[in-house]
Amino acid sequence: MDAQVETATRELSYAQAIQEAMAIAMERDERVFLMGEDIGVYGGAFQVTGDLVERFGTDRVMDTPISELGGAGVAVGAAVTGMRPIFEFQFSDFATLAMEQIVNQAAKMRYMLGGAVSVPVVMRFPAGSGTGAAAQHSQSLEAWLGHVPGLKVIQPATPHDVKGMLLAAIEDPDPVMIYEHKLLYKMKGEVPEGYYTVPIGKAEVRREGADLTIVATSIMVHKALDAAKQLAEEDIDVEVIDLRTIRPMDRQTIIDSVCKTSRLMCVYEGVKTLGVGAEISAMIAESEAFDYLDAPVVRLGGAETPIPYNPELEKATVPQVDGIVKAARDLVTGAR
Amino acid sequence: MAVEVILPKVDMDMATGRISSWHVEEGATVKKGDLLFEIETDKAAMEIDSPAAGIVRNITGKEGVDIAVGEVVAWIYEEGEAVADAPASAPAEAAAEAPAKAEAPAPVEAAAPVAAVPAANVEASSGVRASPLARRLAKEAGLDLAAISGSGPKGRIVKADVEAAGKDGGAKAADAAPSAAPSAQPAMSDDQVMKLFEEGSYELIPHDSMRKTIARRLVEAKSSIPHFYLTLDCEIDALLALRKQLNDAAPKVKTEDGEKPAYKLSVNDMVIKAHAKALAMVPEANVSWTESAMVKHKHADVGVAVSIPGGLITPIIRRADEKTLSAISNEMKDLATRARSRKLKAEEYQGGNTAVSNLGMFGIKDFAAVINPPHATILAVGAGEQRAVVKDGEVKVATVMSVTLSTDHRAVDGALGAELLAAFKQVIENPMTMLV
Repeated sequence: MDAQVETATRELSYAQAIQEAMAIAMERDERVFLMGEDIGVYGGAFQVTGDLVERFGTDRVMDTPISELGGAGVAVGAAVTGMRPIFEFQFSDFATLAMEQIVNQAAKMRYMLGGAVSVPVVMRFPAGSGTGAAAQHSQSLEAWLGHVPGLKVIQPATPHDVKGMLLAAIEDPDPVMIYEHKLLYKMKGEVPEGYYTVPIGKAEVRREGADLTIVATSIMVHKALDAAKQLAEEDIDVEVIDLRTIRPMDRQTIIDSVCKTSRLMCVYEGVKTLGVGAEISAMIAESEAFDYLDAPVVRLGGAETPIPYNPELEKATVPQVDGIVKAARDLVTGAR
Repeated sequence: MAVEVILPKVDMDMATGRISSWHVEEGATVKKGDLLFEIETDKAAMEIDSPAAGIVRNITGKEGVDIAVGEVVAWIYEEGEAVADAPASAPAEAAAEAPAKAEAPAPVEAAAPVAAVPAANVEASSGVRASPLARRLAKEAGLDLAAISGSGPKGRIVKADVEAAGKDGGAKAADAAPSAAPSAQPAMSDDQVMKLFEEGSYELIPHDSMRKTIARRLVEAKSSIPHFYLTLDCEIDALLALRKQLNDAAPKVKTEDGEKPAYKLSVNDMVIKAHAKALAMVPEANVSWTESAMVKHKHADVGVAVSIPGGLITPIIRRADEKTLSAISNEMKDLATRARSRKLKAEEYQGGNTAVSNLGMFGIKDFAAVINPPHATILAVGAGEQRAVVKDGEVKVATVMSVTLSTDHRAVDGALGAELLAAFKQVIENPMTMLV
């Protein structure tokens, strides 16, 4: 594993792992503080900050007015002056309101000032569908920010990784955007006690296989692993790569895997067109792995539609385990 | 409906070609017949015209890389027509249509053993549907994709198909190559050869297509044709005197560069004529071998080996027996010039009944040449030099030229070959006979 220091582990939820990472960071470094709407007494829209305000006080766990642009601007400004702010958005969809601060300020400042300043801000984005929150509260827009040089964009998929990657993000000198799938918050997993980091920019092979590489992001990693288990019963041996970081992307891990399996499928919740999977597919087509492809590259992404409110339709708009199984089977058995 | 532009087959032996340069850009508007690109084959450059009027799109044929015959290299769209990513193509049919142009002027070669094996496999491989992995594996294993059946969707060849074909051993590219001759195994592998040289003590020059063709054709010729050789010395003092007389008497004609003689004969021009005349005198030797019959030619089409940068090519003087010396001379100058710039058309170097190879200008006294199928003979010409000759018991000085006739024993036996060479000597030593 990647952890630099590992001690005993115990089971925590993804949300608890985030909270623990933030608490450890605040204990280790007095420059670290939290900002966000209703993260104080209320504990955050998804109860991620919980009771941190009681442990660290309102100077370090600050409720902000309902202005994403204002909050993001304060966080970026604080980062430039040397602080280590962590700014929580209630929903990642509201990043649209703060684009000026994220894209034009945070991402550009270090470059435009010739390296005289850096912007060590962390922004946390609860993302994705599956909660019945409809079109404006369910999107997966990580590819938007993945398109901006100057930002780092990560999508931890497990409690272990979200703690370690958040701690790495807080220490990173550049702005780091964390996309946290809302359905992951309650997912439990083994999490080491104490401080450790998981590197940004490094994908993880979650399952080794010989017949097909699935590169998945965030919650799709778990769906892909479930699908791989079913496919194993049909003697289809799937390798599952958890991308973890979409910028900077770990190309080599994917290339190596495709050279081994000769088949590639990308599974991601963001809208299929111009999404993360489009980048991975094109990257493979440009790489030495091209000559190893034995079948077309397949993308399973979100439907070309706003996320519906109706829960059945909502499910149908994003990749599900059955769909992954069928697409993988078709790909490996030569039906496409 | 978009019209596909394929890499045409412009040469009998051609399995692949290279586009040396495009003359239009993506999006260019062209008329039918406009020049689209130039192909470099192993022997010549050829200009390819647009098959239709419209807009050039999807130029996929890159310059300078080997492209299979029949492969789509671009599309011509009608004005306003929607552009598909990759229009469906029918390369097999296209490939089948293409060769007609090259075949027509070379009926003799079509009957010759070299062309007797159908080249269908090679043509079809251009339209093969195969995964990138299958293509790579087939290439590494030396397998011809066209000979492998694909198990994937729409017949796509995938890795498993290539592996299965490799086990059968039935799809070796060598088997599918357009050659009836058993190709000789190299005496040593590349690795074995390279081991004998110290690393860094050499430079590796990749073979171009001309070099590969020369190597393949000569191995075929030397290993499948039973050669034998006849040598004679010819005195050419009379020929040299006649040549000087004719050249001095050449009328002047006006050209762009001022007044020039209408012709300037070389010794080689006279050798071509003498050889053609000898063949006319000994028609039994003017033949080509095929398994089913002897091809007895009615005219002497004489190929002339021309050394060009990177190799050689043999343009043909058709009906040299009927042509005047000045006509042969001027035609030869034009062919040689265009050969050096690789602008010869396929019909200008394919076929022929015999050939002349002259290394006299390098001072070579005599040598034996390799027959170039479908020919049955080739005349190797050495330098004209002053030698001591014994005549009527006295030593005299004469200008002597040694010639060696290489003969395909299947078609021309020893005595017949000797008769042909004697006829050549008769003409070359009595050069006035070339004028009547």
